[in-house]
Amino acid sequence: MYTQALNTSSDTEDRNIEDAARAAQFQARIDAEERIEPNDWMPAAYRKTLVRQISQHAHSEIVGMLPEGNWITRAPTLRRKAALLAKVQDECGHGLYLYAAAETLGSSREELVDQMLAGKAKYSSIFNYPTLTWADIGVIGWLVDGAAIMNQIPLCRCSYGPYARAMIRVCKEESFHQRQGYEIVLTLCRGTEEQKAMAQDALNRWWWPVLMMFGPPDQASQHNDTSTKWKIKRFSNDELRQKFVDATVPQAQYLGLAIPDPGMKLNQASGHWEYSAIDWDEFKQVLAGNGPCNRDRMAARRKAHDEGAWVREAAAAYAEKRRQRSAAQAA
Amino acid sequence: MATPNTPLWEVFIRSRNGLAHKHVGSLHASDATLALQAARDVYTRRGEGLSIWVVPSSAITASDPAEKGMMFEPAQSKIYRHPTFYEVPEEVGHM
Repeated sequence: MYTQALNTSSDTEDRNIEDAARAAQFQARIDAEERIEPNDWMPAAYRKTLVRQISQHAHSEIVGMLPEGNWITRAPTLRRKAALLAKVQDECGHGLYLYAAAETLGSSREELVDQMLAGKAKYSSIFNYPTLTWADIGVIGWLVDGAAIMNQIPLCRCSYGPYARAMIRVCKEESFHQRQGYEIVLTLCRGTEEQKAMAQDALNRWWWPVLMMFGPPDQASQHNDTSTKWKIKRFSNDELRQKFVDATVPQAQYLGLAIPDPGMKLNQASGHWEYSAIDWDEFKQVLAGNGPCNRDRMAARRKAHDEGAWVREAAAAYAEKRRQRSAAQAA
Repeated sequence: MATPNTPLWEVFIRSRNGLAHKHVGSLHASDATLALQAARDVYTRRGEGLSIWVVPSSAITASDPAEKGMMFEPAQSKIYRHPTFYEVPEEVGHM
């Protein structure tokens, strides 16, 4: 029901005039803060943009399970282990909500997953960094999930209904993730010198990659204009990055940790924390597949997909057997 | 001859812009088109909705309320799934 023939007219000129009228009507709905729903008419480019963004978001949730999953068996206590398991389980659920939202636009989950496994679709650059110590799990919850929340809260008001509703659910669940991360870091900071040093080291390694999560600076971003016009995006990359920095600096101060940016200073007039230049070459390298863990992540996803094939096949075969059996009974 | 049963449909209504469809009740109709029209007549007489879904009741698979203990108990004991389980000092503020 969610796939629709966008155009039935065979006359191209008529179709263009009709499309222009529909596009204007569509934009008027967006401007009036109406939500667009799966069966509504939408420009092909709006659909394409959303499928790209929502599926990338879904892939990120799934790949994001890998760096944290790395520490489940080595969590320092049962309490931490249960929490980390629950968190990774949530991320998997987030992937599911998002794939389902993307499917309302007419692409199947299988298709989207295949694109990811073929290396044709992106996922968040942040998950290509390794989790070397237990402190990384704390910093991921605090900062990576913190940045994700900053990004996702405005998406709860995205113009596309199914995406917005999925984000509301995701945001509710993320709050636990960020708090558990901060609690881990706080515990380390209140611990021995060695534990505090471990927390500082994790912050040093994650800080800059986390700032890159918000995407390229505004003047270099290619998707901002139309996404803003269509109210898929409510704030620019730089605006969200600034909000995140302003929220995070006091949190780091409370922990007694130093943000690894000697040039960072508070602008008294604006009240904003000004950060130094971000190394966008590193970002481009990671996106291009050359981050520290890109190959590992792809290999792990492909392995999991291949090794799970028999489960999907068995479930389909069982459903088919039951269908045949009940058909035979009815006959 | 007994009157054949008219199929039962479940009705879901989106009450406001941006909200999900919510179950509001059921009705009988011989096909989907009539079910949609009947849902309009029965459930949106006072402007309750922007959009209606009708789903054959027979297509719904439901959990057994008698088994709710077994079904939902595992979530009861996992208090660490809630944000309030984690201690974040008040000075740090909302997180």
